[in-house]
Amino acid sequence: MESSRSGKRRVVLAAAFKASIPVLLGYTTLGLAFGFTLVAAGLPWWMSPVMAIFIYAGAAQFMGIGLITGGAGLFEIALLTLLLNGRHAVYGLSMLEQFKSAGKWKPYLIFGLTDETYGLLTTVKPPAHVEQARFYAAVTALNQSYWVLGCTVGSLLGSALAFDARGMDFALTALFIVLLVEQVRAVQRFEPYVAAFAACILALFIAAPRDFLLVALLFATGLLSLLRPRLDGRKPAPASTQGPQGGGEAQ
Amino acid sequence: MTRLFAIVVIMTLVTFFTRAVPFLFFSRTKPPAFLDYLQRYIPPVVMTILVFASYKDIEFTQTPFGIPAAAAGVLTALLHIWKRNVLVSIAGGTAVYMVLIRVL
Repeated sequence: MESSRSGKRRVVLAAAFKASIPVLLGYTTLGLAFGFTLVAAGLPWWMSPVMAIFIYAGAAQFMGIGLITGGAGLFEIALLTLLLNGRHAVYGLSMLEQFKSAGKWKPYLIFGLTDETYGLLTTVKPPAHVEQARFYAAVTALNQSYWVLGCTVGSLLGSALAFDARGMDFALTALFIVLLVEQVRAVQRFEPYVAAFAACILALFIAAPRDFLLVALLFATGLLSLLRPRLDGRKPAPASTQGPQGGGEAQ
Repeated sequence: MTRLFAIVVIMTLVTFFTRAVPFLFFSRTKPPAFLDYLQRYIPPVVMTILVFASYKDIEFTQTPFGIPAAAAGVLTALLHIWKRNVLVSIAGGTAVYMVLIRVL
């Protein structure tokens, strides 16, 4: 290995590591909670690293535990994963430009586009003289390594210790609440939240419990379409706060 | 075992698909204006629905009347508004929930 090349690699990794420290703390902790929950639900410990490596989606993995132990069908699992992770498609829409020249890194960058990675990539800048794609790839890979580490240690500890993990699945609800608070910072219009809440109430009465998410999302999308003249009439000013979301909107 | 394997494969493919959709369909053409509109407002809608869904099956008429989930949820939100640290918000909310379901 050429020394200048490995030297550059060190610069990229050092900058990426520094940028990813908040995710290091968040992913190892949430990964631990995931590992504990998975083992407590009666699944073998190795399912935790396997899911972290291949699926690599926190909320979907938590939901997956419930679906596996609840005996859900494969189609239902596919549909719910699609709905839950549909928000990631939105992230991609605003990363089209940034990933355009990513070359060989592109498939992995797309694979690793989680909530937190998206948040980081839209806020941090690569160091000078460093190719953006390499920096992005380093951040993405570090983030995933934190997640895999947390999930693995969690499930190993969970199977080794007699630990009462009841209630640890609240971490998923807490994660949703955190993401909602972030959205409220980024999208400062009340209409989408009211539309979503109304759609939920409707779905609660109309839909079977297992179809709740799908029906609520359909109603909400319908309401959003009706609200377009109102919401789109005035160009949404980018949120004034320096939030992690919305920074990368391609215009 | 086969079922676990199948579930991991399906969830992997679907998750990757959701992340790849924009790159598959809009790397040449600009997304239509309506999609651009939706991509701005779908995230707040989805997060609202997911939080709602987390609470919809709680029994609010029986002890402990949903207090642990409600209190821990409010605490999570307040912590996040105050510190804006994902770790603190999730760990704090979950810890309080785990304590409350044991003592109430």
